[in-house]
Amino acid sequence: MNGTRVRTAIWAVVGVAVLAVTVNRCAPSAPKGRQERAGATSDVAVAAQKTYVAPGDLDEYYFFASGGHSGQVYVYGVPSMRHLSTIPVFTPYPATGYGFDDESKKMLGDLTWGDAHHPALSETKGDYDGRWLFINEMNGRVARIDLRDFKTKQIFGPVPNVSGNHGSAFVTPNTEYSIMASRFSIPLPKGTAVEVGKYATEYKGVVSGIRIDPTSGEMSYGWQVLMPPFDYDLGDAGKLASDGYVFFTAYNAERATGKLEVTASQKDRDYIAVVDWRLAQKATDEGKGDMIGGVKVLDPKKVPGVVYLMPMGKSPHGVDVSPDGKYIIGSGKLQGVTVAFNWEKVQTAIRNKDFSGEEDGIPVLKYESIKDAEIPVGLGPLHTQFGPDGWAYTSLFVDSAIAKWKLGTWEVVDKVPMSYSIGHLSSAEGDTVSPDGKYLVGLNKLSHGRHLSVGPSQPESSQLVDISDEKMKLLYDAFTEPEPHYAQMIKADKIKTIEVYPQAENKHPLAIWDVKDAGVTRNGNKVLVKMVAVRSTLTPTDFELKDGDEVTVAITNIEQTTDELHGFGLLDYNINIVVDPGETKTVTFKANKKGVYPYYCTNFCSALHQEMQGYMIVR
Amino acid sequence: MHAFFVRFNRRLTAPLDLWPRLCLVVAALLLAAIYFFPLWNMTMFAPQYPEGLQLDIFSYSLVGGNGGQDLKEINLLNHYIGMRDLAVEEFTEFKWLPFVVGIIGLLYLRASVIGTLGSLLDVFVVNLYFSLFSLWSFGFKLYSYGHTLAPTASVKVEPFMPPMFGYKQLANFEVYSYPALASYAMGLSTLLVTVALVATWRRTRRDDTTTAS
Repeated sequence: MNGTRVRTAIWAVVGVAVLAVTVNRCAPSAPKGRQERAGATSDVAVAAQKTYVAPGDLDEYYFFASGGHSGQVYVYGVPSMRHLSTIPVFTPYPATGYGFDDESKKMLGDLTWGDAHHPALSETKGDYDGRWLFINEMNGRVARIDLRDFKTKQIFGPVPNVSGNHGSAFVTPNTEYSIMASRFSIPLPKGTAVEVGKYATEYKGVVSGIRIDPTSGEMSYGWQVLMPPFDYDLGDAGKLASDGYVFFTAYNAERATGKLEVTASQKDRDYIAVVDWRLAQKATDEGKGDMIGGVKVLDPKKVPGVVYLMPMGKSPHGVDVSPDGKYIIGSGKLQGVTVAFNWEKVQTAIRNKDFSGEEDGIPVLKYESIKDAEIPVGLGPLHTQFGPDGWAYTSLFVDSAIAKWKLGTWEVVDKVPMSYSIGHLSSAEGDTVSPDGKYLVGLNKLSHGRHLSVGPSQPESSQLVDISDEKMKLLYDAFTEPEPHYAQMIKADKIKTIEVYPQAENKHPLAIWDVKDAGVTRNGNKVLVKMVAVRSTLTPTDFELKDGDEVTVAITNIEQTTDELHGFGLLDYNINIVVDPGETKTVTFKANKKGVYPYYCTNFCSALHQEMQGYMIVR
Repeated sequence: MHAFFVRFNRRLTAPLDLWPRLCLVVAALLLAAIYFFPLWNMTMFAPQYPEGLQLDIFSYSLVGGNGGQDLKEINLLNHYIGMRDLAVEEFTEFKWLPFVVGIIGLLYLRASVIGTLGSLLDVFVVNLYFSLFSLWSFGFKLYSYGHTLAPTASVKVEPFMPPMFGYKQLANFEVYSYPALASYAMGLSTLLVTVALVATWRRTRRDDTTTAS
């Protein structure tokens, strides 16, 4: 090798190295959007002042967030975003003994999980009335929480034929119905096995209305409509102008199977189904349904007018009715626009039979005839909430932002970035006939880097946004357990709670109010232990059983003082009950382990809480 | 000496003027307050009870605040130090107190009609005796509650005198004890009777002097 070659080689190496370094430096170290995002962090002093709720002070709003597959409902205060309470609904919760005592165990049934998505506060004339909170879950159930005591009172279902109850538990304006829908169409009735190849013809979707008793809130079966095998995703009830109708989005109009992310994203249009719920109930009451899975199900071919399809592009997710009920806002998650349908035009199109086709006998309305606007909100629009004066707020999953726009003028006026990938959003009373404005919470799917690291299992992030001004301002990051989908925000003074169960209201047949009445009675191998819990003794302080006895322990907490909860934890028997002041709870089990088993008060109650204990002796 | 009594007795037969008689009627009416309003109030604050526990003592009953719940709470807390339950049955006062006040009221009315200084003096003395006895009895009750503590109590405290009038710190509790509306009405009633008595007494002395001269 001569000198020239060596020099050339050296220069080549140096050249490549210089090039590598230069090219490497060409890419910026942060995304272009960084500057914009920095702008989304609010003036710290203003934000702090707006969110700071001093010790002892109370929040302005309750915020009820679904707990997703945790099966629970989380209660927060707004604007502090403090977590106040967890209401167990579909999942046992040892903290309150839920799912351990006889009653709640029975209510849960065989399912110990539920994927809770959409809380629905009860309404009167389209406004929250603070009485109940309904929430759906995917196994075809809807639960009712009484907001007098924040306790789950009823779990209705699994409702026959509904498969994957996602588009739920939205209620009608006077809480006449909570709605349900199949996200996963299946062959009906449940239990029928048909190969996936026959999906387009043999599989069926269902939309359903669950009737709600106006005084007790008790749910019962209302009606069901048999639908083509689409995936029914979300729903909302019409109000004021559109009262009497419920809306469901449907993706997979392709009737595809397999790799849906591709196969169900081929058509430019999917649908929003419009159901006339008064007609559905009337037809059901007249016996027009076919018996499927033990309930009467309406076939749209036999009940004309019960359901119509509005074409909606593409792969729609949320459908939200404007406060005046005049616009139906659909968001196609694979589009850059949100579509506003004019309810008056929808009605006219129905009257004039202005159809563009049909799906399994269901008329499809002509898109051009019913659409008022395609609003260029941004990428991946999912859900819309409302403020006063016609303001609307749409969450943008792909853009990771919220767009603010105006009903009627369809003008997009502002955007605020979300960290990151927002799903639902919830503004103060933002889905009622009279939204408050003021606050908006973005419920984000990803939170990485916004909090101290807690390992791979990351919390979700909920970001509080001030919407009282022209420009939206980010106020606060809160982190929520998996996984809030939808949430609702209600003015705090609308909810009237009790803090103890008044003795006079306790009608439990096994309730006792005097320690003198506590004791053990035996009937064959059935043993009843009537127990009193009061500071600081569980009476009786011991009881004896025979191996194999079936024992029921009925515990009455005779306290009438706020916050004086008592627990009954029985070691090695997997029993953990918490009894609120004035409440009676029972737990029934088989004493099938011999020995001495301590029981004790689990819920700290008094200075002598540690002494609140006893022994169960099994011979 | 004898002359004094003669003079004194003569003055006792002196009739009342109209306004002292009216004072007596008003005094009798004021006594009715004990049937409607509490005689005494105890208010107890502790860190855990920021709203305070209330106990109203009526002439015929004990009434806890918060719909009666506060009394239960007070008893529940007291059981830790071995104090007996404050129970209506334990207070014999509740049986005779309203009755006796009724009699005093009737005696006021009687004096206003019969209208002699003597009848006024009688009921004044009865009322004075009754009031002082009631106060002593109330104090003794408090004393005995604070001094007869069960020896098996989980929390041992020195026997103590709960406050009868004013403020006292008892363990974590600030205890305030003050007369309530009915006591003030009774006090006013007694004041009216006293005024009637003193005024009439001074008038009869003037009458005496006038007669003597």
